[in-house]
Amino acid sequence: MTASPVPADLSTPPGRVGAFREKLRTSESAFWRRGTLAAAILPFVALGFALIVLAIKGWPAIIVNGTGFFTNSSWNPGSTYGATTYIHGVAVPQGASYGAWPLILGTIQSSFIALVLAVPIAIGAALALTERLPRWIARPVTFTVELLAGIPSVLFGLWGIITLGPLLAKHVYPPIASVMPDVPVLRFFKAPTGGGQGLLTSGIVLAIMIIPIIAATTIELFRQVPALNQDGAHALGMTDAEVTRSVTLPWVRRGIMGASVLGLGRALGETIALAMISGAILGHTAVNIYSPMTTIAATIVSQLDSSFTDSTGFATATLAEAALVLAVISVAVNALARVIIHRSSSISAPVGRG
Amino acid sequence: MTATSTLLSSSTKAGRRRAGQYLFRGMTILALLLVLVPAVWIVVGILARALPNWHFSVLTNTTAHGGLSNAIVGTLLITFGVGVLAGIVGIGAGIHLSEMSSTGRWSTRADGLLRGATEVLSGFPSIVLGFVGYIALVVGLHWGFSLLPALIILSMMVVPYIAKSTESSLNQVPTSYREGADALGMSQGHSLRHVVLRSGFPGIVTGLLVALAIAVGETAPLLYTAGWTNQMPTLALTHSQVPYLTYPVYAYYNQPSDSLRYLSYDAALLLLVLVLVLLVGARLIVARTQRNAETRR
Repeated sequence: MTASPVPADLSTPPGRVGAFREKLRTSESAFWRRGTLAAAILPFVALGFALIVLAIKGWPAIIVNGTGFFTNSSWNPGSTYGATTYIHGVAVPQGASYGAWPLILGTIQSSFIALVLAVPIAIGAALALTERLPRWIARPVTFTVELLAGIPSVLFGLWGIITLGPLLAKHVYPPIASVMPDVPVLRFFKAPTGGGQGLLTSGIVLAIMIIPIIAATTIELFRQVPALNQDGAHALGMTDAEVTRSVTLPWVRRGIMGASVLGLGRALGETIALAMISGAILGHTAVNIYSPMTTIAATIVSQLDSSFTDSTGFATATLAEAALVLAVISVAVNALARVIIHRSSSISAPVGRG
Repeated sequence: MTATSTLLSSSTKAGRRRAGQYLFRGMTILALLLVLVPAVWIVVGILARALPNWHFSVLTNTTAHGGLSNAIVGTLLITFGVGVLAGIVGIGAGIHLSEMSSTGRWSTRADGLLRGATEVLSGFPSIVLGFVGYIALVVGLHWGFSLLPALIILSMMVVPYIAKSTESSLNQVPTSYREGADALGMSQGHSLRHVVLRSGFPGIVTGLLVALAIAVGETAPLLYTAGWTNQMPTLALTHSQVPYLTYPVYAYYNQPSDSLRYLSYDAALLLLVLVLVLLVGARLIVARTQRNAETRR
């Protein structure tokens, strides 16, 4: 026993059984290796597939609509029962002309409002949650914030259109509009205040939807701030407010920017809630902050049905072009967020849901 | 004289600092309330609209007979299908990104590319994916509005999330576990199955549940892939429209008939309950594993 030489491989008994086991062992490893590689490649394939499908489907619209697609405001499907004309060899219903400027502007405006409202609130809430709240309060509150992130967007839409929108239009917007002077920026806040479906309501609901995204990342970031730095600042006699301003916030500034851009990505792609709350007006941009508008995503979901009536398929092609524009914007914004966060390890929920 | 003035100025300065502190505390609490109030408001609002007209027949009748049983079954069917499809692909991708990383220059780059693609896909607006599903699968492959395109598109949406949560929960498995398995002569596949996945399991399941909660709440990508029917869904993968709970909420809330609007509120309530069950389940798993980890240590 003591004198026996060390066997080459304990787990491989000699003979046929050993050979079989060895084969099984390597084949299991190969199974895991190949199977998981295939799974990891699939998202890449799916991404390429989606972009190619949109580009092919949208190509006729890209040719015909040209660069005017980004500057024109008209959204006219043309006469779907009338004659078909040919522009650059593409069949187009007579009189059809599409411009996506109101959709693009509406997407940017509503997301901007959402971001302006959401970022300070998310940071404030994250501070309240990570600072000195007793645990029995902090726990249920944190779960409520998580729940807010999980509420389906169609429920936000329902709430926005039957509860929040009418309430704001009745009790909040008119007083604001009545005190606004007729000067360049504030003119945008003047009456008419409308019925609650529009830009500001959309922005507010979007803000509520993206706050949990920004807050969750911000809470993680605050937890990573070295306690030593904060304790040191406290020991110098700083108040909580001063520690936050001069130690905590500078430490996490970059991460918060990344989280905000991630929230922006979600706001840009939000679909069903905005299809319900925005007022879904086509053909012109918002005249004031209360007026009905639409976004790229909301237009795609609300117009796809009626685009089927265009027998030339040009309406669907135009929606594909709009979808491609939205996809490019969202990808760019998310890439920006990742660059800013620089591979933060936190898990983020998918953005741009609907 | 000078002493008094410094004392005076320092006391006003202290007052200003104290005021700043109260202001700060007040603002953070206000921000927290601004987050909590809408959450509670939405939940209570849905309860207040759904409960007064609630009938349990909603759970047993199809929409053709004034209920939602078909939508409930359809949503469960879709959720189960996404759980299987996106679960396999997402967990597989997560395992690859966490465990199979090779050190060569090219494979590191390839992994970076795959990880990047996953992140970019997670930023894709769901309606864009739904539209792609409509063009390519529903029309292009002549599948019609049906279960399979819906499953594929929803899976595309949540796979990045599952992959990411799998990757980060496997990254938290101590390296010593893997080294121990190696030292015992386990093959990589064996050690993955018996050691690494076992201890990363709770995290993976949590990620999967949260992903399913997201899938349950989707409307836009389903409108043009799953379609809608008033009847019970069939198990056919193609050429058979599937009902789901988010559709009545979106389509019926502004209908003139009271009964349809009540159906919209009922569907909203059921959605909320389903999402809550999934999220609470995820939370319980996290809490349980944390407690176990603490006692073991």
